[in-house]
Amino acid sequence: MKFAVIEFPGSNCDHDFYHAAKHALGCETRFVWHQERDLSGFDVVILPGGFSFGDYLRAGAIARFSPIMAEVARHAKRGGYVLGVCNGFQILTEAGLLPGALTLNHGRKFICADMRLRVETANSFVTRGLEKGRVITVPIAHMEGRYIADEGTLRRLNGDDRVLLRYCDGQGAVTDQANPNGAAENIAGILSEGRNVAGMMPHPERVVEKALGGEDGLLILNSILSRAA
Amino acid sequence: MKAHVIVTLKPGILDPQGEAVRQALATLDGVEVERVRVGKYIEVELGEADPSGAMTALRAMCDKLLANPVMEDYRIELVEG
Repeated sequence: MKFAVIEFPGSNCDHDFYHAAKHALGCETRFVWHQERDLSGFDVVILPGGFSFGDYLRAGAIARFSPIMAEVARHAKRGGYVLGVCNGFQILTEAGLLPGALTLNHGRKFICADMRLRVETANSFVTRGLEKGRVITVPIAHMEGRYIADEGTLRRLNGDDRVLLRYCDGQGAVTDQANPNGAAENIAGILSEGRNVAGMMPHPERVVEKALGGEDGLLILNSILSRAA
Repeated sequence: MKAHVIVTLKPGILDPQGEAVRQALATLDGVEVERVRVGKYIEVELGEADPSGAMTALRAMCDKLLANPVMEDYRIELVEG
């Protein structure tokens, strides 16, 4: 599988993701500058975390007008995999490739901490190597990660099995105490209708080897490489 | 043509920033503040001189970039000059 890591001005997890894809997964990986217009030949497109365009106006709002985003949308329409993490998730919602929005954490603080996450579906390209209900530990690092969506959207996400991950406690219980940012229904990640576009606030690329403090991110990234069940 | 665009959070969307401001305002003596909502104010200068053409363009700007329809409402005020 060939990975493209999109770089916007202000992206700051691009090298982390490059390292994860290239060295932890052993896949051919290229950086793609946001002004470029070609993603042919790539299987997986990564929108990494950071503060694209300084988070001006709203997180992700400006980035979605970069030339590469039209190509990301075409890649998604063709059924290609797109994974947005943190700021990448924010960009995907702003671009309309995923429903809902991400806004200021209810506690107003930037939170950088390990989170327990419950896998809500194994029917996705980022969780197919996991079983539903499994609890994994992956860090978040954001100020605007509170997922919100109207009731109809939440109903559709639940009904279509498109919630990827929820914040939970160590036992896998989804509680208000385990919700770091006030996200609707503790949602930490979701899938598109076609199931080939995924967005998540937690950073799997930050936990891909023991030296980094954990390897649970590999469970997600290895799923991308495994064949669909 | 100039325009003022006011972007506000939709009713029902939690506004942690507004709540922080309310708490700070509550420390002022003799002021009772029940609720604060913080929004955005944007000034736009357009080449378009025709008001209806300007409004059409401004609405498109709001729908596509200046506001996020998932969580925000907007109001446009055209200003002479």
